[in-house]
Amino acid sequence: MSTVNLSEITKQFGDVTAVKGLDLVINEGEFFTFLGPSGCGKTTTLRMIAGFYFPTIGKVKFNDRDMTSVSPEKRNTGMVFQNYALFPHMTVFENIAFGLKVRKLKKHVVKQKVEDVLKKVRLEQFIDRQVSQLSGGQQQRVALARALVIEPDILLLDEPLSNLDARLRDEMRTEILRLQREYDITTIYVTHDQVEALTMSDRIAVFNVGECQQVGTPTEIYNQPVNDFVAEFIGETNILPVEKDKEEGPNFIYKSNDLNESIHVNNSDENIASYEDDNQLYMSVRPEAVKVDEKPMEGINVFSGTVESVQFTGESVHTFVNINENATIKATELNRGPSTYLIEGAEVYAYLPESQVRIIPESKGDV
Amino acid sequence: MLNAEKRKTIYLLNPVVLILIGYVLYPSISTLIESFKQNGAFSIGNYTDFFGPKAAANLEALWHSVYISILSVLLSALIGVPLAYIFNRYDFPGRQFFSNIAIMPIVLPSLVGVMAFMFLYGEVGLVPNAIKDLLNLSKVPFQIGGVSGILIVHAYTMYPYFYMTASSALNNIDPSLEEAAYNLGSSKFKVFWRVTFPLLTPGLVAASLLVFMVSMASFSAPFLLAGGYRVLSLQIYFSKMNGDLEMAATQSVILSMVSIGFLLFMRWYQSRKDYRMASKGIGAHRSEVNNPVLKVVMVTLGIITMIILLLPHATLLILSLVPEGAWTWQTYPQAFSFENFRLLFEDPNIWDPVRNSLIMTTLACIGVFTFGMITSYALVKRSFIGKNLLDILVMIPWALPATVVGMNMILAFNKPSVFSFGEVLVGTFWILPLAYFIRFIPLVVRSTNAVLEQMDDSLEEAAQNLGAKWFYTFRRIVVPIILPGVLSGTLLAFVQAVGEFPTSVLLYTLDNRPISIEIMNQLRMFNIGQAAAFGMIQVGLIAIVMFISYRFFGVKSENTL
Repeated sequence: MSTVNLSEITKQFGDVTAVKGLDLVINEGEFFTFLGPSGCGKTTTLRMIAGFYFPTIGKVKFNDRDMTSVSPEKRNTGMVFQNYALFPHMTVFENIAFGLKVRKLKKHVVKQKVEDVLKKVRLEQFIDRQVSQLSGGQQQRVALARALVIEPDILLLDEPLSNLDARLRDEMRTEILRLQREYDITTIYVTHDQVEALTMSDRIAVFNVGECQQVGTPTEIYNQPVNDFVAEFIGETNILPVEKDKEEGPNFIYKSNDLNESIHVNNSDENIASYEDDNQLYMSVRPEAVKVDEKPMEGINVFSGTVESVQFTGESVHTFVNINENATIKATELNRGPSTYLIEGAEVYAYLPESQVRIIPESKGDV
Repeated sequence: MLNAEKRKTIYLLNPVVLILIGYVLYPSISTLIESFKQNGAFSIGNYTDFFGPKAAANLEALWHSVYISILSVLLSALIGVPLAYIFNRYDFPGRQFFSNIAIMPIVLPSLVGVMAFMFLYGEVGLVPNAIKDLLNLSKVPFQIGGVSGILIVHAYTMYPYFYMTASSALNNIDPSLEEAAYNLGSSKFKVFWRVTFPLLTPGLVAASLLVFMVSMASFSAPFLLAGGYRVLSLQIYFSKMNGDLEMAATQSVILSMVSIGFLLFMRWYQSRKDYRMASKGIGAHRSEVNNPVLKVVMVTLGIITMIILLLPHATLLILSLVPEGAWTWQTYPQAFSFENFRLLFEDPNIWDPVRNSLIMTTLACIGVFTFGMITSYALVKRSFIGKNLLDILVMIPWALPATVVGMNMILAFNKPSVFSFGEVLVGTFWILPLAYFIRFIPLVVRSTNAVLEQMDDSLEEAAQNLGAKWFYTFRRIVVPIILPGVLSGTLLAFVQAVGEFPTSVLLYTLDNRPISIEIMNQLRMFNIGQAAAFGMIQVGLIAIVMFISYRFFGVKSENTL
């Protein structure tokens, strides 16, 4: 088990900077996720940890050992590839035993270890199958077993679930987590799927265009995004540009030109991200925080509008409220039966609770 | 700082570059230099002679070569494409069997094929004479020879290029494309003309270029059939035999220019964006022939095609059973026996060529197997400066006509050089296996490239991640995966090396004469039976190797073209 320490990592491919000035410390036994859209540098970073790329600038350390230019075969990391990279000419046993044979373990030890790990991933009966005869989910487990059996210091997972269908993906999520806890192994997981990231991770690093935007626990990332990119990339949100107006008691007041109204926000770290004076500011409010009602509501942060459309997704209902031509607010409620659905065209009131609105600056480097 | 990856690349490239420079580039340059020499002094005299009035024969030969090549392309396409369409789009009894027979010309080495054609359709041919006797004609109704003979042999041996490219293209067309056209209201003819045919064109153009190059280089057919008709590949041989090495070099350079020009054009054409099928998992879609009349027509057509295709093989077999002296002035052979095959094991003079061929071919195959695999790996999986140049260098022996490769070898190694460790190689045993090796490198590289390009980089990375060093990964992961590709290239090299004639005829000595040379000698002595028996041995060797590689390594001969 190891900590992973990335300091000032920059990676350039020709003129393209794939990763820029990255500083990260991943703790022992942690399940750490790199989250971001494609081309954001998350896989590049993972490959620098595995040793397939060497950083242009910066250092990679496992515990206190400098690994920056150590070749991949000497790093003792276990990697699961997006396409699994199972050796097509070998059986399940041979695939898993590969890393053990390289380590020159005795035959009976190899056999014992392979059988043990296959039991852990629940594939004992497939030990002599050709890998091509396995289903996607089973191949995935073999790939995991192959990476785990060498008792790596760090487990690296590169979008391992992206080739599976939705139901299998759910199942494998729990499976991976279970194995990670069982082996208590430092794990780095790369994904572009926010649900995967939120449900599995101890901590998440959100990447965009080669820069790490925010590092935090899933709840921090979701509830207290540091900028508009993070707020929009993780979950759904209503975002509107605002300008700072004034302080009033426990609240700050921001002005929205689109709504042509003031927005009140609690003056706390949970509601106001840190920003510089010259930053473009946004207010962000999650759809599930917005309250919509046909009955008139009194007080601050209430806006009247008409229902533009209602989307039924099964477990929840999305209501789009048109305030004016510049602003439409989305509200999400759990499904409570047909009687609670609003009708398109109805006059309604939307309330954005001042404890749920968050003020965030525009992300840097975002083009 | 050189990192580990770059160091590995350099280690890999060193032998590759060294061998390519020493045995491909250096010989070609030797020929180029020789072509600018007249009586040992620098001069462009050879070229003015070539194009000038002094030796009109040369220019005439060049035009003849081009003329024959164009006609060969047309003829091969006319046979290969319709045959491919019928065998791949219609289902009728025996379809699979007929389509397997369709590639039989490949197993017939060129010299042996030409010989079989001579005794089938030539002046003393069995077919024209049989017709003459059956119909009581006063002389044979037809005979092949000269241009017509060359063309017919070319059509027979080269139509598989069209047949196979058209077949694979047809099988790769997504049926829904044609169905979409029908759905939009197109007629059957229009669908073929506007949808199917355009999708076949990239393959057909490639096949045309290939056939053109092969017939420009063709040597055996003109050698036996041309009579007084001059073609360039043959002119090189005559110049060399007359001792005019400088003229032979000049002719080689000009023929090479044409061939390399075609190679570059082909590379350019294939690198253009072509419309590959995006869809996966295409099932075969053949219309079943239900009309009984049509069914009979189809099957008859299949049977006739089969007979025509197998007649040369059958002729060869029959001739090989004719003992010496049993077919001299008579219309038909007079006796049959296994005499010729028995002599093989009793007469060392007759066994020697077979042994020579086996040893030299095996040596060359071991060479191309190892070298082709490493070169292909370096080209596909490693990045370095000058990759494109190396790629062209590898492909040059494939584009160069066999006669030119022979000339290159003579001019490079008839004097000591570093690449021959200070020895003169011409006149020794080693010159022939070396020539085979050079000629057939591209076959292995090409077929290995195809497999390596399919292999995901992550497989190597996974092995490395699990702690395997580079060589272990190469041995345990890369080699097993690409082996079918390497083997099918090597198989093709074997098939071609066993029947090799044009390079051998320029380089052989009495002690290392291969089977093809002995066939030529026996033909000169009018010992047709023994010549045919040697031909049968070539065919037999090819068949055995093809069978073994199919049975034990799953390499299909169809994949090797």
